[in-house]
Amino acid sequence: MTALLTTLLGRLPIGWLQLKHNKSRLAAAIAGVAFANILIFMQLGFLGALVETTKLPYRPMVADILISASDANTLSDGSNVARQRLYQALAVPGVADASPFYLGKFDWQRDNGTTVNFQVFGIDPTKQIFNDPEIDKARAQLQLLDTALLDRSARNIEPELAASIDGGMPHRFEANGRTLSAVRTFSIGAGFEADGYLIVSDQTFLQMYPQRTAGAPTHILVTVKPGVSPQTVAQNLRSAIPEQDVIIRTVDEAAAADEAYQTTERPVGVIFGFGVIIGVLVGLIIVYQVLSTDVADHLREYATLKAVGYKQSFFLSIVFEEAIILAIFGFIPGVLFALGLYDVLTSATGLPVEMTGTRAIAVLFGTSAMCLISGAIATRRLAGANPADLF
Amino acid sequence: MKLFNKDIAQTSKAAIPPGQQSPIHIKGLNHWFGSGEARKQALFNIDLTIERGSLVILMGASGSGKTTMLTLAGCLRDVQDGSVQLLGQELNGADENVLVACRRRLGFIFQAHNLHESLTAMQNVRMGLDVHGPQARKDWKAPATHLLNLVGLGDRLDYLPGNLSGGQKQRVAVARALVGNPDIVFADEPTAALDKESGHQVVSLLKRLGTERNTTTLMVTHDNKVLEMADRIITMEDGRIVKDEAMQR
Repeated sequence: MTALLTTLLGRLPIGWLQLKHNKSRLAAAIAGVAFANILIFMQLGFLGALVETTKLPYRPMVADILISASDANTLSDGSNVARQRLYQALAVPGVADASPFYLGKFDWQRDNGTTVNFQVFGIDPTKQIFNDPEIDKARAQLQLLDTALLDRSARNIEPELAASIDGGMPHRFEANGRTLSAVRTFSIGAGFEADGYLIVSDQTFLQMYPQRTAGAPTHILVTVKPGVSPQTVAQNLRSAIPEQDVIIRTVDEAAAADEAYQTTERPVGVIFGFGVIIGVLVGLIIVYQVLSTDVADHLREYATLKAVGYKQSFFLSIVFEEAIILAIFGFIPGVLFALGLYDVLTSATGLPVEMTGTRAIAVLFGTSAMCLISGAIATRRLAGANPADLF
Repeated sequence: MKLFNKDIAQTSKAAIPPGQQSPIHIKGLNHWFGSGEARKQALFNIDLTIERGSLVILMGASGSGKTTMLTLAGCLRDVQDGSVQLLGQELNGADENVLVACRRRLGFIFQAHNLHESLTAMQNVRMGLDVHGPQARKDWKAPATHLLNLVGLGDRLDYLPGNLSGGQKQRVAVARALVGNPDIVFADEPTAALDKESGHQVVSLLKRLGTERNTTTLMVTHDNKVLEMADRIITMEDGRIVKDEAMQR
């Protein structure tokens, strides 16, 4: 390691030699950086899970364009849309089809004492709404009133229950005063707003929610003709439906707006984002403490070197060398611990808390930058001082 | 073991620039510490010229201003008032680049050895060479080994300071100060941590450097045992030079 660093740096790797000379301090410093890494990874994991679960229901949609109420910040927020807009949309050039899409919430109180909070999708079962083979294959069964498709990736749904349903044993349960039969399962997964999803026909939905009417779906799903740009059709729709009660966006635009709202407007998103900042600050403080103590401990030696003509850039390079070594050595246990904790969290919450290569690299570079900033601050005392003042 | 009895000519790698008979020339030097009511004058109108190749000892009671003068002449402290010309370069008002260039022509030996505890004796000495650029960084082994041999530590090259005695550490510091072939050596109590014989040999080495390489040495010491080797002894009292005597040979 010393020989490698000597070659790389073209000088004695004083930073590395100083770090390894005091092994207990090195271990504490690595633990500190690793802790900061874990803190940042966890907050990024939560934030990533929020983003991922926000996009989950949009992903299998066949529709290209979503017509929503103008106050709909997310898929489940906002008022309903007048069905009249559906008919207006059908008359717009480039539109292939338009379908109503109903959304509701339902808490399934299970016999085993657990509760599953479902987001209920009410769809026209005669049309392909989701580009998911499992849903598409089962949608014919939804035409029978009071049947449902159950999200087997929802929280508190045992694999045995899902296997039983898919094995041909429908599961009957009470939902808002109706007895529903789960006839098949599909997989979307848990999010921050719901434990999972339930898909029913529009007719079953309206039976489950008697206060809702067929004339006011939550969204209108629009598909465009093959070869036609969804952006162009969306623009055409905006011209054809000038009323201010709706907002017309492509599904990708709606998903992006939902993500932005969840991460920057909702308290949970702001808290996770703030957590990342706190993680970085804690990391900065830990690394600054380590490096500034190290600089203070070697002040006389540095002053001696300054006295014989070493420049400030030399001392900065020593501290930067230490900072980068700490960043890399702290990152390795940090990322390994974070991977373990991600697994634990995914098992416990059903949320997709996953490590991505981009995130790992971003944290490594972020930690390195954090360490370099701390190092630059730690060497300030050396910069302007006369060597004689440092002895 | 007889220390420092080897040829020091091997350390010479560059000639001292010609035309500088007085590497240190001080005129009207005043210096203060503190500010406001706590401001206290440490040096009063010092005039001093030191000849090239001489071994000059600064003596005086504690607080007499000798270390302050050493640090001012050695570019370790900003000159506030008066003139300090070091190797022909005025230090009063000099920018950092000028100070760095001057410092690279100096060697320092401090009372405390100030060695890097994580570096071996060889690596500590190497630090005195690396500052001189890529070529010095490439060819560091031979001069570093030679200097450590010269101070009697040829068998301790790879020892960390923690495994050396106080005197041995100080001798590593001496080797570090001399390995860069300095024009002037500033030494503040260099023999304080050494036994009588080692102290005598360190000063002998500095004296020989003056004779053979024209290296000038300005040394602060309370050690009466080394006075006989001085070319000149300057005594300070309360920030003033009260006695300046050339030694007869």
